[in-house]
Amino acid sequence: MTRTIGLFALVAALILGTGFLQSWNSALIILNMGLVSAIMALGVNLQWGLAGLFNVGVMGFVAVGGLAVVLVSMAPVPEAFAAGGPRVIGALAFGVAVVVAAVLAWKKLGKGLRGWAVAAITVAGFFAYRALLDPAVDAIEAVNPAATGYLGGLGLPVLLAWPIGGVMAAGVAWAIGKTALGLRSDYLAIATLGIAEIIIAVLKNEDWLARGVKNVIGLPRPVPYEIDLQADPGFAETASSLGLDATTASTLAVKLGYSLLFTAVLVVLLVLAQLALKSPWGRMMRAIRDNETAAEAMGKDVTRRHLQIFVLGCALCGMAGAMMTTLDGQLTPGTYQPLRYTFLIWVMVIVGGSGNNLGAVLGGFLIWFLWVQVEPMGQFVMNLITSGMAEGSAIKAHLQDSVQHMRLLTMGVILLLVLRFAPRGLLPEK
Amino acid sequence: MDFLNAFVALANFVIVPALAYGSQLALGALGVTLIYAILRFSNFAHGDTMAWGTMCAVLATWGLQAAGVSLGPLPTALLAIPVGIAGAAVLVLATDRVVYRFYRAQKAKPVILVIVSMGIMFVYNGLTRFIIGPDDQNFADGERFLISARDFKVMTGLDEGLAIKTTQALTMVVALITVALLFWFLNRTRTGKSMRAYSDNEDLALLSGINPERVVTVTWLIVAALATIAGVLYGLDKSFKPFTYFQLLLPIFAAAIVGGIGNPLGAIAGGFVIAFSEVGITYAWKKVLGYMMPESLEPDGLVQLLSTDYKFAVSFVILVIVLLFRPTGLFKGQTI
Repeated sequence: MTRTIGLFALVAALILGTGFLQSWNSALIILNMGLVSAIMALGVNLQWGLAGLFNVGVMGFVAVGGLAVVLVSMAPVPEAFAAGGPRVIGALAFGVAVVVAAVLAWKKLGKGLRGWAVAAITVAGFFAYRALLDPAVDAIEAVNPAATGYLGGLGLPVLLAWPIGGVMAAGVAWAIGKTALGLRSDYLAIATLGIAEIIIAVLKNEDWLARGVKNVIGLPRPVPYEIDLQADPGFAETASSLGLDATTASTLAVKLGYSLLFTAVLVVLLVLAQLALKSPWGRMMRAIRDNETAAEAMGKDVTRRHLQIFVLGCALCGMAGAMMTTLDGQLTPGTYQPLRYTFLIWVMVIVGGSGNNLGAVLGGFLIWFLWVQVEPMGQFVMNLITSGMAEGSAIKAHLQDSVQHMRLLTMGVILLLVLRFAPRGLLPEK
Repeated sequence: MDFLNAFVALANFVIVPALAYGSQLALGALGVTLIYAILRFSNFAHGDTMAWGTMCAVLATWGLQAAGVSLGPLPTALLAIPVGIAGAAVLVLATDRVVYRFYRAQKAKPVILVIVSMGIMFVYNGLTRFIIGPDDQNFADGERFLISARDFKVMTGLDEGLAIKTTQALTMVVALITVALLFWFLNRTRTGKSMRAYSDNEDLALLSGINPERVVTVTWLIVAALATIAGVLYGLDKSFKPFTYFQLLLPIFAAAIVGGIGNPLGAIAGGFVIAFSEVGITYAWKKVLGYMMPESLEPDGLVQLLSTDYKFAVSFVILVIVLLFRPTGLFKGQTI
């Protein structure tokens, strides 16, 4: 317990230190993304720490959450919807029907016939699906492509997108889990790695859905805009009474608003995760993780339980992804990279302590802090190293330019050190 | 004539590129499969090992080019491959000594080793970007084409041209030599046989006096060589960019698993299966079909099944189908 409190105090001190030494804006930026990272780490910890599922497709589920924000909160584009909305929806429904038909054919038909039947259904279905979808997509993307060119969203409040992001990620996870969860751990890893890449490819290419690499910007916000705050005389007065100018105060207030919202979500999720961990369900999960055969012999349905926790963990990642996209105010599919959105989350969980929810949260904050701060630290070290070198030398310039790549190196070294010397993480599972 | 034209178009846009890409994937998958067979884990750092080895070769190539060395029509990078292999060997052996050996002594579970290799992946990634930067690097020189499309048209009088890039021909030749050497080594030499014995049954191999550390060292050396050769060939054929190499991990793993992980023949077959599906499904078939079909039936669209950006989806779908219906891969048995 003292260890837990001590380490969390350390993280708090690091963030407060950033506030005092650099700026409160940087401190709040770190805090906000730290909160989001903590939720992602919580999701991965559910899967890996509690059930031993090796999911390296976190990036995909985070991106699905981001997509949810666009679909829920952006204003609809009626012209685009009129041009091809029902047709696209029809085509997608047809695609689902083809998959269902193929699965049914596989299950119901006899051994000799079913292979050919499934092949025929999928091939014919694929061409029919493309024939239905392509003209509708062209029609939608032709509607004012510079500004919209997509269907738009539902125009609902953006906060609603967070749970919906979780639900959408859960849906995707269910479909994936149904097919891939029976696989051995490292095969599951490769499969999820592939799925994440596919989800990103879909987001990048299906312009009718969320404008692809043209990005959706200007997503609605759950907190007020800085400009509006600055224009509010009451706010300016409060700011000056605190000794701040209105501009700084407004940026701080907006970030603080996000921090409060995110903290509320994290606390709720953490409490739920802790309750789940301590419940009979959590004990069963750990029993399955430690010895699948024994658990199965005791009458536990291992596959179903795995599917359940896989879906739950992915839902958390999706929700965190929705929160992150809300914070950014834009969906930019080009920026999703597996090192940042999948493997970094894994470093958080392993460093924090897999199997321990508080550990995952701690890892989320700590690793995020390092991810952000390694660069200035590296800059400092590099300046020290290169201070003796001649001004304008090529090596000096190269070394100083390379500082930004220090963070990958540092994360790898941290992960390896923790795995070697504290394999159960900073806050080990009890 | 139309049939010939169709075939040439097919060869030009599908068969030749897929053969070259398949050879590169096969060499990569062989590395993954060897590590799996001997060290018994899926090495997530393999793509970055390739990037590192290639980077060493690229730097050596630049050095050679600056010194005025050239192979005439062949790319100078061929001369730099040994340097790249040496660089990769130093890195992986150092990694094994500092990191993996500890877990081997502990008899750690394979999944722990996979996570360890994730850490190594970060480190290699950082090192490579630190030295050469994250951008595209071009290091190919020499003749660009073995046969250019125009020469081919003049030679044969067909409407369609068949262009074969020097790098594509080179890829196939080098891959063939490498694979032949590898199989000769595994089947004919004492060390190779001891590796196979170790992979088959570790305890029995130890009892027969095989030195495990030696087997592991030799394995890493071979893997370094395979990774570097695959990486240099890929870089010559396309271009060298660290992130692309990281992304190659997925098709490489798909190739290894589709063929049956741990099985070298399977890795080669898997590489070509993945390459041909990727290229075939993302190719616009309009031209080929246009030659093959009567004019009235000529397709008006591009007849591209999926856009090129979905090539990951192809390796993935094949991977899932194989895993669901034939979990051991096309070639059964986990043995080298």
